[in-house]
Amino acid sequence: MATREEELLAPYLQVRSVLGVDGTPVGPEPDLTPDQLREIYRWMIFLRVHDQRLLTLQRQGRLGTFAPFSGQEACQVGSAYLLEPRDWIFPTYRDHGAMMVHGVPEVNIIRYFMGDEWGSRSPDGVNVFPISIPIATQLNHAVGCAWASKIKGEDAVAVGYVGDGGTSEGDFHEALNFASVFNVPAIIFVQNNRYAISVPLHRQMKSRSIAQRAIAYDIPGVRVDGQDVLAVISVFREAIDRARSGGGPTLIEALTYRYGPHTTSDDPKRYRSQEEVEEWQARDPIERMRRYLVARGLWTEQEDEDLWAWAREQVAAAVAEAEAMGRPDPAAIFDYVYAELPWHLREQKEKLLAELARRQGEVKSHG
Amino acid sequence: MARMTMVQAINDALRVAMRRDPRVVVMGEDVGVNGGVFRATDGLYQEFGPDRVIDTPLAEAGIIGTAIGMAVNGLRPVAEIQFDGFLAPAHEHVVNHLARIRWRSRGRFTAPVVVRIPSFGGIRALEHHSESIEAWYMNNPGLKIVVPSTAYDAKGLLLAAIEDPDPVLFLEPKRLYRAFREEVPEDYYTVPIGKARVAREGRDVSLFTYGAMVPVALEAAEKAAQEGIDVEVIDLRSLMPLDVEAIVASVQKTGRVVVLNEAPRTAGAAAEIIALINDKALLYLEAPVIRVTGFDVPMPYLLSEDLYLPDAERVLAAIREVRSY
Ligand SMILES: Cc1ncc(C[n+]2csc(CCOP(=O)(O)OP(=O)(O)O)c2C)c(N)n1
Ligand SMILES: [Mg+2]
Repeated sequence: MATREEELLAPYLQVRSVLGVDGTPVGPEPDLTPDQLREIYRWMIFLRVHDQRLLTLQRQGRLGTFAPFSGQEACQVGSAYLLEPRDWIFPTYRDHGAMMVHGVPEVNIIRYFMGDEWGSRSPDGVNVFPISIPIATQLNHAVGCAWASKIKGEDAVAVGYVGDGGTSEGDFHEALNFASVFNVPAIIFVQNNRYAISVPLHRQMKSRSIAQRAIAYDIPGVRVDGQDVLAVISVFREAIDRARSGGGPTLIEALTYRYGPHTTSDDPKRYRSQEEVEEWQARDPIERMRRYLVARGLWTEQEDEDLWAWAREQVAAAVAEAEAMGRPDPAAIFDYVYAELPWHLREQKEKLLAELARRQGEVKSHG
Repeated sequence: MARMTMVQAINDALRVAMRRDPRVVVMGEDVGVNGGVFRATDGLYQEFGPDRVIDTPLAEAGIIGTAIGMAVNGLRPVAEIQFDGFLAPAHEHVVNHLARIRWRSRGRFTAPVVVRIPSFGGIRALEHHSESIEAWYMNNPGLKIVVPSTAYDAKGLLLAAIEDPDPVLFLEPKRLYRAFREEVPEDYYTVPIGKARVAREGRDVSLFTYGAMVPVALEAAEKAAQEGIDVEVIDLRSLMPLDVEAIVASVQKTGRVVVLNEAPRTAGAAAEIIALINDKALLYLEAPVIRVTGFDVPMPYLLSEDLYLPDAERVLAAIREVRSY
């Protein structure tokens, strides 16, 4: 006989899936057209190519510290694919995939990791908050943003992204509580990739799942196979529908894995085994989707080759564009501190510009 | 003696402290199995085990809050906050409890916690990883604030901080972690908190600074020497308390002062030092004091980091100006 506790927890330990590891359906498929299915697949390949390319650029010294998401493409695409332009996302440093799916140009992402503040500036009409590096803080912003939609009588939804480690911060719990108390149209999306840098999940929490934390806040909580893009899309469809129709927040936990280092400053060999990485690579979200599409007759090998080539071209073009942009205008570090430049910043700005002009003059006269 | 980088000297200090005092525990994010993201705690987990080298959950308020409780109950926690910008979630505990537990319990309780924080800019890091937070806490009574700039001082000051009866914020200039190697004694020694160090003697101009700006100051002093200006560089080492005697002595000697910090200009450590000179040594001055600082802007992303950080040229310009006044 199951204990009461086990009965209570069971729904929060169960993992929702649509595709098995070999791509055969094991659960109800979301209602998507063949074009949509192909588009989803195209996004995942584009993100993989983008990610690998940026990793290489960093190794070549052409980019600053970089946080790769390879392995988490199903989460990146599945969480953003169904959102409408009026919806919002509040990403971490590892969610630039979702940012692009929701409309941020790739060039912005590259400029951001090159170290240009303009990379944090989403185009007008693209409701993507700048990447938040202070862990879990963005969740309260997402909840507040969703709350504002509700207060204004609008139906836009906000998604707050966070990692498994981030669930230990007070902000995570405060965000869930606010979302629950005020019944706001927010989705808290946890990508549980099992590590916070080197710290494994069992060191973050004794709970048996992250999803079960929804019990305490009395909101829906679901666990999903994060390597299965159709499953991620399915749970997001339900959460978005609920939020839009006034049903309140949802906590989603996706089980996933990052293939690469935490960032380019990290050496994952110090805390995890190569076997573990390979186990997860065998569950690759892209390969799984490819098999599904091929089995359904929606995709061919030739199309696959063309798609990878197309992605490489896209990324190469974006990199070229980003690298052609040069250094940001020095004046801009002052111009956006306040709406209007106070006297002391005006003074400091003039001083810096004069100094730069003088130094350039010196370089010229010496050269 | 062994030749050590600053980060090795810090690692050595922690090991020495843990061997001689069983009350010392090290805690923080990634400090155990991984040995810290800068490897400052490398090897400690293997030697002292998971009860004394603690990989905590990702929660700074939890880290500092529990460290306070541990310290009140007899341990000597050395907490690592992974980067300067991430002390923010623990700000509550630092200002509302750590800094004032002795005061509000009228001495019944104390929290001798050391908070080690890789600090300041210059390593081309992502946002929030290059902050200068010293002034936030200088204005908050009850904390000592220490900033080493050499490997020798890093070890001796950290051991002094662990021994100190009061909480210490130990700001480690991450830019200097591996910038040089120096002779460092392998055994126990302390460098007193509250004492500045004359990094370079000089007669014409006093240059007060600390942390990652010390090498910048020395470079500027070398350049000034080529122009016949003899600059005295004082490495303050401790911002709370400040070494008022060393500051006044140098001002008396030179009468001309430049103060250098990489933090934003307004209400930074430099402003406090100038106020102190005004209080204690104004009549020795032969020229207005000049401060060289960062700008009053958020720390720029890496492509613009060098625009922000004071360099030897900026310091040299100030030296010339104060000399020729
Ligand atoms: C408040 C705060 N503390 C510490 C850090 C340093 N840090 C950056 S990422 C990270 C681990 C995050 O792990 P997780 O939430 O699981 O997300 P993942 O990186 O695995 O995607 C840490 C400790 C930070 N950015 N912010
Ligand atoms: Mg994680």
